[in-house]
Amino acid sequence: MDLLAIAFYLLALVACVSAFMVVIARNPVHSVLFLILTFFSSAGLFVLLGAEFLAMLLVVVYVGAVAVLFLFVVMMLDVDFGSLRQGFVRYLPAGGVVALVLVVEMSLVAAAIAGKNATLRAPSTNGVSNVEQIGRVLYTDYFYFFQAAGMVLLVAMIGAIVLTLRHKPGVKRQDIAAQTARTEASGLRLTKPATGQGISE
Amino acid sequence: MAAFLLQYLPIVIMLAIAGVIALALMGAAWLFAPSRPDPEKISAYECGFNAFDDARMKFDVRFYLVSILFIIFDLEVAFLFPWAVSLMHLPHPAQVFAFWSMMGFLGVLTVGFIYEWKKGALEWE
Repeated sequence: MDLLAIAFYLLALVACVSAFMVVIARNPVHSVLFLILTFFSSAGLFVLLGAEFLAMLLVVVYVGAVAVLFLFVVMMLDVDFGSLRQGFVRYLPAGGVVALVLVVEMSLVAAAIAGKNATLRAPSTNGVSNVEQIGRVLYTDYFYFFQAAGMVLLVAMIGAIVLTLRHKPGVKRQDIAAQTARTEASGLRLTKPATGQGISE
Repeated sequence: MAAFLLQYLPIVIMLAIAGVIALALMGAAWLFAPSRPDPEKISAYECGFNAFDDARMKFDVRFYLVSILFIIFDLEVAFLFPWAVSLMHLPHPAQVFAFWSMMGFLGVLTVGFIYEWKKGALEWE
């Protein structure tokens, strides 16, 4: 067994075990941490396939951003550990159906590969790195998908703002432009009050 | 295949060292540190009064908003990497097209950025 196979089985094992731990961990925060471990292992699998850019994206986007978002969501749910365990039996049939469909699909894929007697490997790269291969086709051949991705990001941005942004009325803010635009004339008044009279506003 | 994987050897070594150090510190604390917990010691400490409740409280939804906006710009930057690497290696007409393709993409997201700036989504009140 060569080193590549050892690395693959190690990463795959860690990914499977941590994915299982995501489901069975009692504390949702621990679930998110196991999810991060799953992402890291999957990134390692991508590297083994030669897809270095995808591995980097998995770490940067999923571990760096999505996992943080998940942590916020878990925190925002006002987690009550006792009530979280209660729905297990109720959700078991629906979850079982989904799991069954996935198992059938994956065994079909495995059977198809085994039938062709082919091994899974990354397409030949001719010395061109993964990121450059993507860059050669993404912005020209897949122009519409690329622009659609931009539109999806725009919709996500506007949707998040519309759904969650609520301004509190009457909050005092520093307005730096107004501050620096103050002149001597608008901010200062010289008066010469008569003795004992003071000044009126 | 194995040649380029060899470039990842330093990362693996670094991860191994980090893991060993973390496990050594935790293991040393577990082995040698005295541990005699009692209810007063392990209860939450708040200065001067008994704790009102635990740390599990609802976050402000604004954290969520900031996180989503961060993911969106993170993805935008992710799209820039292959573009920056491969743009100069494309044939000339495709190069011009790819350049303006990215400018259109950035333009769309700049519209969103102006929207969020003007709505005050980046302000913290």
